[in-house]
Amino acid sequence: MTIDGLLYIALLFALVLGAAFPLGSYMAAIFEGRVAWLRPLEMGFYRLAGINEARQMGWQSYAIALLLLSVIHFGLLYAILRLQYYLPFNPLHIAGMSPRLAFNTAASFSTNTNWQAYVPEQQISNGAQMLGLCVHMFLSAAAGIAAAAAVMRAFTGGGLKTLGNFYTDLTRITLYLLIPGALIAATLLVLAGAPQTFAQAVQLHTLQSGAQPLAIGPVAFQEAIKELGTNGGGFFNANSAHPFENPSAWTNLLENWLLLVIGFALPIAFGHMVKDKLQGRTLMAAMAIILALGCVGAYAAEAAGNPQQIAAGVQANGNWEGKEMRFGIAASTTFNVSATGTSTGAVDSFTDSYTPLGGEVPLFLMQLGEVTPGGVGSGFYTVIVFALLSVFVAGLMVGRTPEYLGKKVQAKEIKLAMLGVLILTFFILAGAGFSLVTPSGVASLANGGPHGLSEMLYGWTSATENNGSAFAGLSADTPLLDYGLGAAMLFGRFAFMVPVLAIAGSLAAKPKLAESAGTFPTTGPLFTFLLIGVIIILGGLQFMPADTLGPIAEHFLLYAGKSF
Amino acid sequence: MILRELRPAFSLVVLFTLLIGFILPGIFTGAMQAVLPWQANGSLIRQNGQTIGSALIGQNFEGPQYFIPRPSALSPRPYTQDTSGASNLGPTNKTLLANVKQRVAAYLKAYGPGPVPADAVTASGSGLDPDISLENALRQAPAVANARHLSAVTVIALVENMAHHPFLGIIGTAHVNVLKLNLALEHLPAS
Repeated sequence: MTIDGLLYIALLFALVLGAAFPLGSYMAAIFEGRVAWLRPLEMGFYRLAGINEARQMGWQSYAIALLLLSVIHFGLLYAILRLQYYLPFNPLHIAGMSPRLAFNTAASFSTNTNWQAYVPEQQISNGAQMLGLCVHMFLSAAAGIAAAAAVMRAFTGGGLKTLGNFYTDLTRITLYLLIPGALIAATLLVLAGAPQTFAQAVQLHTLQSGAQPLAIGPVAFQEAIKELGTNGGGFFNANSAHPFENPSAWTNLLENWLLLVIGFALPIAFGHMVKDKLQGRTLMAAMAIILALGCVGAYAAEAAGNPQQIAAGVQANGNWEGKEMRFGIAASTTFNVSATGTSTGAVDSFTDSYTPLGGEVPLFLMQLGEVTPGGVGSGFYTVIVFALLSVFVAGLMVGRTPEYLGKKVQAKEIKLAMLGVLILTFFILAGAGFSLVTPSGVASLANGGPHGLSEMLYGWTSATENNGSAFAGLSADTPLLDYGLGAAMLFGRFAFMVPVLAIAGSLAAKPKLAESAGTFPTTGPLFTFLLIGVIIILGGLQFMPADTLGPIAEHFLLYAGKSF
Repeated sequence: MILRELRPAFSLVVLFTLLIGFILPGIFTGAMQAVLPWQANGSLIRQNGQTIGSALIGQNFEGPQYFIPRPSALSPRPYTQDTSGASNLGPTNKTLLANVKQRVAAYLKAYGPGPVPADAVTASGSGLDPDISLENALRQAPAVANARHLSAVTVIALVENMAHHPFLGIIGTAHVNVLKLNLALEHLPAS
């Protein structure tokens, strides 16, 4: 670990947090309908889709609209993937996906997970990437942010019956935030070397390896929304390690910034919406502290290198297996930690080859529930769940009725919050446990010893938490994992989002109480550290036994000179 | 209740598929092809009328007269340009350790005793890494000079001339693009 590496991490945080303040203010304006610079286009959408802009939805209608849109989009993507052979922009004549792989991929992209059980270069056409995957990257991100906006509205007043209009939220977020952001970022990426062409292969005459095709495509546009929308679905198999997706250390910094910035801007937007900026900053501080610790921890582990390789005569300047030369150790680990602290799951280096503790950090950040700062939207509403649990815990300790922003938190909300947390834990541990006692699951593992357990645990964690990154040695295109992880992604997204919207609906209807001397303050360092504690204890502790058998056991075996 | 939502939900999916799936990529691709055609088409390098590669994508080199890129985990051959990926071998994997030991031995044999830079004996993330560390390139330079009957000083100067350095010491690493370096070698005057 060097000062240069730590300075890189500090620079990234300064750039992200600095931008989150103005962006959060802008996003609050979008949520409140005060942004209108594409008004004619927006109105055109409403007219064609038959949307009544003035309509306000209760939490049930909001949830139904969101689910229905996701189901329709899931169906469309499934059809595109199955039929890609017959669709335009398929110069390589790639065949349609198998039903189970198409199910897994459609589930993956409609839940903002972007788990990739397919090999993009060989199994998907440019047309299916553009029409199918890329559109989902915008809309699943917008749907997540819309759900976050609905949750924010629950705290803006007392006796509210509605949480907003899902359709106008989705349209505005896409038109005013995601599309302009993606276009600016994509232009910068092309400038730095990311291709943008409808060709899918270029014939090369290499100097020593003869003639061979070079894979190419409309990479830059998809890459931009892949990061900005915390999606993570790579245009290429190597994801952001591929030089066309991520040509230089500069684009690596840009992509890392993109995948964090909306997540950190959302609590700021919340502060604007509830007219109490400190509330938002407190949530942001908790997210940032956990993420910063993760970045430094993973960097330290990777910079220390692999002791067995060092003993074999390799220079001790970090663990380079699976990492790209142009980024370096600090930027590589920071990217992967950021992409698992959000639900992005993009990788610029391969976590399967990280040192055990370097791999434990991304795994643990996902297990915390994706709140540092989490996926766009989903990270925010998950951290609100943790904030409610924190005031509940604090209320138990001091014997007061817990309140959050003037809303009484009662048994109903806490039950729903715990239900959400437990559903995710159940899917991860039961899924990984079950897979590891089936012959098919064991056959999917690429590595032996505790590392094999880590691979499977990471896969189920990633799918359930809608992250999408992998210990990529795992052979994921099997019936067990295609269907199992596909189901985990759908449950992990919607079986959590719906209880959260129910909580929001319940809280919205309650009166907003004035702050009194007896109110437990939910701003400031005390609450920040309480929240961090609740996130780590409630979110993380239940996974410690499993993680101990995986990465932590492997760490000690690595230093004891064992290999498998 | 669900029927009421069917039209807006379905229409929005269709409208956004048209906008994001067709119209925007069409306009954006057209604009980038017009304004930044070299980058938009893959930063291709041409020589004697043939496209020999992309400046961003590594390709395989063997033999003492060339600088050797990082190990690539791609099959059937390293640096297969229409695939990408890493070894995904874990830190305690026997195969990884055996591979590294074999590469260390080969490196020491080719370039003589001395330090073995980690990037020279570990597979990259993409399998297409275009770069090697500056240190690795400098270690290889005398052997390459020898095989080409050039003076080591000339080749070392070329490597240092083509090296990238981290911006402000923070962003990026000290490295050299192997394809560009090997192409430049061909243009060095014989000593």
